[in-house]
Amino acid sequence: MTITQTTPLVPSFDDVQTDRKLAIICSKGTLDMAYPGLILANAALGEGIETHLFFTFWGFELINKKTMGDLKFTMLGNTATHMPQGMGGLPWMTSIATSRLKKSIADVGVPEVPEFLQQIHDSGGHLWACRMSADMNHLGLDDLYEGVEAIISATDFIDMTDGAQLLFI
Amino acid sequence: MPVTTISGHDVHVDDEGFLTSYDEWDVTLAQALAEQIGIGLTDEHLSVIAFLRKDYLDRGETATIRRVATVGGVPTKRLFELFPKKPAKKMAYIAGLPKPHGCV
Repeated sequence: MTITQTTPLVPSFDDVQTDRKLAIICSKGTLDMAYPGLILANAALGEGIETHLFFTFWGFELINKKTMGDLKFTMLGNTATHMPQGMGGLPWMTSIATSRLKKSIADVGVPEVPEFLQQIHDSGGHLWACRMSADMNHLGLDDLYEGVEAIISATDFIDMTDGAQLLFI
Repeated sequence: MPVTTISGHDVHVDDEGFLTSYDEWDVTLAQALAEQIGIGLTDEHLSVIAFLRKDYLDRGETATIRRVATVGGVPTKRLFELFPKKPAKKMAYIAGLPKPHGCV
């Protein structure tokens, strides 16, 4: 059935003025667990939502210049691979699993971690590093990806995410 | 499928207002669609729109922001300036294409 509209039917892109804000805590440093936060941040930014990522503990691997391009995936301790766990401990198995996962990610057109962070930064996303993690690892802002705005304390993060929806990954 | 009238053009749209028929689009309609969402089209906007239209013909799906940036060659930052807040959806709307379905 065809319904003819009298007034133009236009998507309501900006009609609903929202102050929705999203904060994502990235605490894992494996290749597989790096992506959920990055993908959700990217999606939120594309919807015009103010987005903050806070990297803490192992999540530092994603923003440490030395490691960000070299995250790994292991089948050890991950029964979701449905492979015998003993195989995971064989030499080179982590390298093989990592390169397979990297290929699958590239095949669906999703960038590697450094490029993805750049995309999030270019889309207006805010990247923050955890003070305690920086101190524990003796890292300063110079050691971190350029898009990271500052090293901040947990208290600062709580202040700045007042009213935000929070995801812990 | 509703039909709506945008500046004298009768076009088929989905429930949100995105055009559903590729061939009902032309550049004058693009100007009208852009006006509806508060964007004044420049040549730079139009070259992005032209990329989306062509890419859709080639691939049968609407390009995401990442694709427009990496394949179309328009930096992500610039896309957020040209089509503020929701570039992917706004580009698709003005280009007369469905919303992109890709996650990234």
